[in-house]
Amino acid sequence: MSDITIERLDEFRWIIPPVGGMRVPGIIYADEQMIKAMATDESLRQVANVAHLPGIIGHSLAMPDIHWGYGFPIGGVAAFDMEEGIISPGGVGYDINCGVRLMATNLQFNEIKDKVRELVIALFRNIPAGVGSESALRLSVAEEKKVLRQGAAWAVNRGFGSEGDLATTEDGGAMQGADPGCVSDRALERGRRQLGTLGSGNHFLEIEVVGEIFDRRVASAFGLTAEGQVAVAIHTGSRGFGYQVCDDFLARMVKHKSALDFPLPDRQLACAYLTSDEGKEYMAAMACAANYAWANRQVLMHWTAQTFEETLQRSPRDIGMRLVYDVCHNIAKVEEFEIGGTKKRVCVHRKGATRALPPRHPALPDLYREVGQPVLIPGDMGAGSYVLAGTDRALEETFGSTCHGAGRVMSRNRAMKASRNRSITAEMADRGVIVMAAGKKTLSEEMPEAYKDIEGVVNVVHRAGLSTKVARLRAVGCIKG
Amino acid sequence: MTKDVIQAPRPTYRIFEHTADLGVEIYGTDERDLFRNAALALSDIMTDRRHVRGREEREIAAEGGDREEVLVNFLREVLYLCNGEGWLLKECVIAEMDGCHLRAAATGEPFAHGRHTMDVEIKAVTYHRAEIRTTVQGWTGRIICDV
Repeated sequence: MSDITIERLDEFRWIIPPVGGMRVPGIIYADEQMIKAMATDESLRQVANVAHLPGIIGHSLAMPDIHWGYGFPIGGVAAFDMEEGIISPGGVGYDINCGVRLMATNLQFNEIKDKVRELVIALFRNIPAGVGSESALRLSVAEEKKVLRQGAAWAVNRGFGSEGDLATTEDGGAMQGADPGCVSDRALERGRRQLGTLGSGNHFLEIEVVGEIFDRRVASAFGLTAEGQVAVAIHTGSRGFGYQVCDDFLARMVKHKSALDFPLPDRQLACAYLTSDEGKEYMAAMACAANYAWANRQVLMHWTAQTFEETLQRSPRDIGMRLVYDVCHNIAKVEEFEIGGTKKRVCVHRKGATRALPPRHPALPDLYREVGQPVLIPGDMGAGSYVLAGTDRALEETFGSTCHGAGRVMSRNRAMKASRNRSITAEMADRGVIVMAAGKKTLSEEMPEAYKDIEGVVNVVHRAGLSTKVARLRAVGCIKG
Repeated sequence: MTKDVIQAPRPTYRIFEHTADLGVEIYGTDERDLFRNAALALSDIMTDRRHVRGREEREIAAEGGDREEVLVNFLREVLYLCNGEGWLLKECVIAEMDGCHLRAAATGEPFAHGRHTMDVEIKAVTYHRAEIRTTVQGWTGRIICDV
């Protein structure tokens, strides 16, 4: 039970006034029901803990999909001053640049509805998924270092997708400042075998269908033109490479925590000043992992497009699979914001939160200049996804950030118990979703009841003005690890 | 008629509730037993340890600022053996330890398709809420893994 005091600011904002060592207040975006649920665990305490860290600007923020993590809450956003602030590996998470990409197609559901099972089987065969799965790609260390420097562009240069895909990937699919020299041999070794794998747990590849369009003008700019249009969503990250980078630096920072001039409320919040060598090295290594993840999703997209062509026996032109956008939701990035009337560069941590830029933001591709950034929010297994658009309000209030997904409500253990003697595959099929998973356990742990209702989460960010609803897609096929 | 009361052996670990992650509470008769059981628990969660043979030996070393850090760092090494080197742990003996250092001898074998399964992908052993305490029954430790 949380001992944190919260006060209501307005319909969807709740404030944790600063007490003790908190340097700024905490602000949580949630409805009344969600906030009641949060009060039963440690997530609000974690919002308060983040507010203790030096150089934090404005507020320690939490999105409505917040849940109890380790160190930072999942669904947390915090920006730090470049001179006085810190960077925290735990504030990014182990799966660095875990993210989502959405591809639209020219296909209508009616054309493929009898082929969904075949597509799911073929995707399951062609996309390595599951615990410890290995890729058809084997990289030499020299080649891997190119991936780490170039990100998605490495994949495009090797024939996975096209140049145009980079424009519709956050940051062009490459984070600046990546230095493979800051990465351990362990991380390099793990990364060599996993580029082009989906992983396990909550990662997935889903065939989706546009179900409802809320804003036709924006949807059409995103290439989502009509109900019934087929799309594909991929949710994965930097695999073992990213986990190792986080683990290595967290251990280093925990070891050196006594050298910090402030007390840490939780060891997992171990961090380094952005101006320190350790902080800079983590930033350079984290950028490598971010680039690995973008290359990974780019490779998987290409294999997905090929699988569609082979299975449907149709030409790439006919299928017209194209990238709507690719967002990351576990990252720390240096971005510029107007703070107190002046432009300021800050380090924004988004741990389980998505960047959401408004129309006319300079970081947007021309294609989306007038409508804002596509924000991709996956729901629980088989629930499909929401596509939202970024707003000015997010830029003003949350360092251009919004929610990232549904957020767990049930521990994996409880989900396992609740799913005993049930066939989750059959239940999903009854709901019109064909699912294949490498592990039976994954399906149980990831069953829909284990997650918050995606609709509730999206409605909060929509009504709070952090991003606006554009379209909802429903799932028809899904592969999981 | 008298009933024989058969005392079930105390489990060496249990999983506890944590929304997004996996909490593990570990028990030991003494400190070394606690650390050994923690390594076995991690291996158990990832694979069916009954199918792992102790064909090879590996030495594991860990250090930390206090016992909790040593425990987490030790388990990080066990996890790396599995996730990084594809090597599964069968047994483990804590050879040396004080409050800040540990050296252990592990036996196990490389992962082989067909013989072994990987049930859960543990991404990391976190420092969040890591805890070791002594109780009347012995030693108890708690860790949270990211899965």
